Amino acid sequence: MRIVTLCGMGFGTSMMLKLFVDDILKAEGIKAEVIPTDLGSFKGLNADIIVAPTDMERHVKGVRGHLALIHNLVDKVEVKEKVMSAIREFQAGKPN
Amino acid sequence: MDEPRSDTARPSLGDLLAGDTVRARVQVDSWQAATEAAGQLLVGAGLVEARYVAAMRHVLQELGPYVVIAPGIALLHARPDDGVLAPCLALITLSQAVEFGSEQNDPVDLVFALGAVDKTAHIAALQELAGLLMEPQVLERLRSAADDQALLAAIQSALISKGRES
Repeated sequence: MRIVTLCGMGFGTSMMLKLFVDDILKAEGIKAEVIPTDLGSFKGLNADIIVAPTDMERHVKGVRGHLALIHNLVDKVEVKEKVMSAIREFQAGKPN
Repeated sequence: MDEPRSDTARPSLGDLLAGDTVRARVQVDSWQAATEAAGQLLVGAGLVEARYVAAMRHVLQELGPYVVIAPGIALLHARPDDGVLAPCLALITLSQAVEFGSEQNDPVDLVFALGAVDKTAHIAALQELAGLLMEPQVLERLRSAADDQALLAAIQSALISKGRES
């Protein structure tokens, strides 16, 4: 499973999201590759799951992959719920 | 006088958020002015080139308000090659919150400006920052700090109590 965390540059927001997602995966005992990236490169990564701030929705519409759009990036509960829901969709083989 | 820095290659949050890049109750009337105020702290401290400030503004104009990462909190940044001289972070609190154009997280009264030199040097500090921003009582203390000294003290005490937990 490949998860990308997304922001405009690939250095700040996406890096912070990666740190959270890594924590969640560790706590849940799930193995996945988590790559922080920027808008310019994420389409080439063929991610199974894309984690991005809600305000980036228009940039990720129509892209292949299960989306987890986060409204409050420092709300652990929200990040966990949305990321786990995207992971479960992916694991269940739902079309996206 | 500067405190000795623990590790200049991988600075901690305490190294980055020091006296010269932290300001409380800054008065601005727009996101552009807030970006300018936070960015100029980094320029004044010799941590970024002047063009970095315009680059951060450009990110917002081009990519939208996703930099408002949580209610009231903006994390501004541009690219390392936009003139970052050292890993750095500024924080300003605003006396009056301003709109950044975020549908759900406006208005903003905590503005961080981050400068990264590569993908890794700032990660330890970013991780610490994420840990602090998760704590509602830390946010409350940052917001209620009346002056620069109180804001610095709020950051330092939050870092110390966080350090005790881990």
